[in-house]
Amino acid sequence: MHGPSVPNVLYKYLKQRGQIQNWQKPNGVNRKKMKGKRKQPESLILTRQAFKRPESLTDVPFHFCPGCHHGIAHRLVAEAIDFFGIQGKTIGVASVGCSVFLYDYFNIDVVEAPHGRASAVAAGVKRARKDRMVFTYQGDGDLASIGIAEVVHTANRGENITIIFANNGVYGMTGGQMAPTTLLGQKTTTSPYGRDFAQDGYPIRMAEMLATLEGSAFVARVAVNNPANLMKAKKAVRRAFQMQIEEMGFSFVEFILACPTNWSLSAVEANQRVEDQMIPYFPLGILKERKMADYL
Amino acid sequence: MERELVKGNEAQAMGAIDAGCLLYFGYPITPQNEIPEYLSKHLPRLGGEFIQAESEIASINMLLGASAAGIRAMTSSSSPGISLMQEGISYMAGSELPAVIVNMSRSGPGLGGIAPSQGDYFQATRGGGHGDYRMIVLAPSSVQEMYDLTLRAFDLADTYRNPVLILGDSLIGQMKEPMVRRSPKKKKAIPKPWALTGAEGRKPNILKSLYLKDGELTQHNWKLHEKYQRIREKEVLFEARGVDEANMVVVAFGSIARIVKTAMGMAADEGLKVGLFRPITLFPFPQEALHSISRSIKVFLTVELNTGQMVEDVELSAKRDAQVHFYGRPPGSIPTPEEILEEIKQYYPR
Repeated sequence: MHGPSVPNVLYKYLKQRGQIQNWQKPNGVNRKKMKGKRKQPESLILTRQAFKRPESLTDVPFHFCPGCHHGIAHRLVAEAIDFFGIQGKTIGVASVGCSVFLYDYFNIDVVEAPHGRASAVAAGVKRARKDRMVFTYQGDGDLASIGIAEVVHTANRGENITIIFANNGVYGMTGGQMAPTTLLGQKTTTSPYGRDFAQDGYPIRMAEMLATLEGSAFVARVAVNNPANLMKAKKAVRRAFQMQIEEMGFSFVEFILACPTNWSLSAVEANQRVEDQMIPYFPLGILKERKMADYL
Repeated sequence: MERELVKGNEAQAMGAIDAGCLLYFGYPITPQNEIPEYLSKHLPRLGGEFIQAESEIASINMLLGASAAGIRAMTSSSSPGISLMQEGISYMAGSELPAVIVNMSRSGPGLGGIAPSQGDYFQATRGGGHGDYRMIVLAPSSVQEMYDLTLRAFDLADTYRNPVLILGDSLIGQMKEPMVRRSPKKKKAIPKPWALTGAEGRKPNILKSLYLKDGELTQHNWKLHEKYQRIREKEVLFEARGVDEANMVVVAFGSIARIVKTAMGMAADEGLKVGLFRPITLFPFPQEALHSISRSIKVFLTVELNTGQMVEDVELSAKRDAQVHFYGRPPGSIPTPEEILEEIKQYYPR
């Protein structure tokens, strides 16, 4: 299989912190020593931190609204960077929207792109530095509206980059205007009577569109509204990065994210709306996965 | 060194290669197609890459990315394409990214035509995009200068971390002239500690133009302004021909300066003492030099292939002490040397 397995990564992670002996002990030595002793030894097994910020995230609190899913998506991307141990070899491209502060949260080199142009910028970065991991993080207004030409041609050229596409169906940063992914009937600040197909057309399914292009190697749509979906999302991001490491071409992961603020819902209701309304229109799953054989 | 017969656009592309440009991004548009065609042939052999973008918007943003990664790269286009690039150029100026952009301009407005024109002077020298920024603007007047100024453009871009525009038109781009390709001297590469290479062993580098914290953007704009002042002090280039003995000076740049030179020769034959002042850098404009000439010479004639753009800069520099006249030709035709001679005679001091 490609890439290191999970235990290897943990091993590496602990080794970096000089905690490696404490990690090995639980499987044997320490337990034997514990036998017959009433008092729980002060072993680091129990004090080992089970939950920690990924190395690739800075120690800065997210500015995102309560119940927003961006933070989770950010974390999954950071975890994937850590998984491959490539924090020092990754270059991020920030877009315009709620995702613009990428450089505040990720502990990596970042360049800011003009609105919609992140995929073109990423292509330029990657052509200049082929040995670096390059990814963009773009919202639906940025990618599916103003930047649609750039993303389609970036995919079509098979640029060896990864795009994380955050689809929450609204322009978040500017105050909840209608996006190309806004669902029919959905009320936003610029579709106050609900999106009407006769006037505004239909919500765009970006993942499906990009999957038709020969240049794209991996296209998936994921959500983070429940633990099962979150685990799939984590896997998809990892797979997308792996595709890039193996130089298979363009990889794309669409996240269906909740935006409680601009949906005028509570955090819990927004999470439920992802399941009830978003996922039926934007079905989850892997739409395209190139095998090495197709590539050759 | 050997003289070669080369087209202006090809000379530009050769200059880019000799300057160590490794990546080119562009979209087809007349009259600059020889640049991408030449580079698509030669860059891959040299370990570089030619990428035909889907639009000028994509070209300039790919250039932004490549430049952020610390590589010498360029794009070229013509007026409408350069208009599309303005957003990206503004971002690059704001993020302090070096870039070389070539505008082999067409005549506008709109689709206009492909004939020589200098209608993009304002766009080039006033920033062009949104915000308070400047590009360094170089205006070649011969094939040799297309080559030489390209070498200079890459160095200036890296030195000042600022976009540099080479502004020409089809007259320079499509013309063939003898040219010497200088064997590039092995110069020390200008270090780029700010470039994105992956943050291994150092703090992450961030390249951005968004400044929201209190006072941050003011400070950033002052910093940019100081840079433009340094450029104004150090990087002015111009050609002054026969100015010392002249009674009148014609100010012209780029393509039209060549026709002015012919007209000057004809004027000299008639015993008229006419000098030529040709700005080579349009930003920084040679304001000081022109001002000091205006203390002794009292009549200036600005000749442009438009209805009056550079003349405003000439007036700012010389009008206090001298008369500044203007002869302009909108795009669609080019004035003959005789026509310019007539203008010279009209204003020549008796």
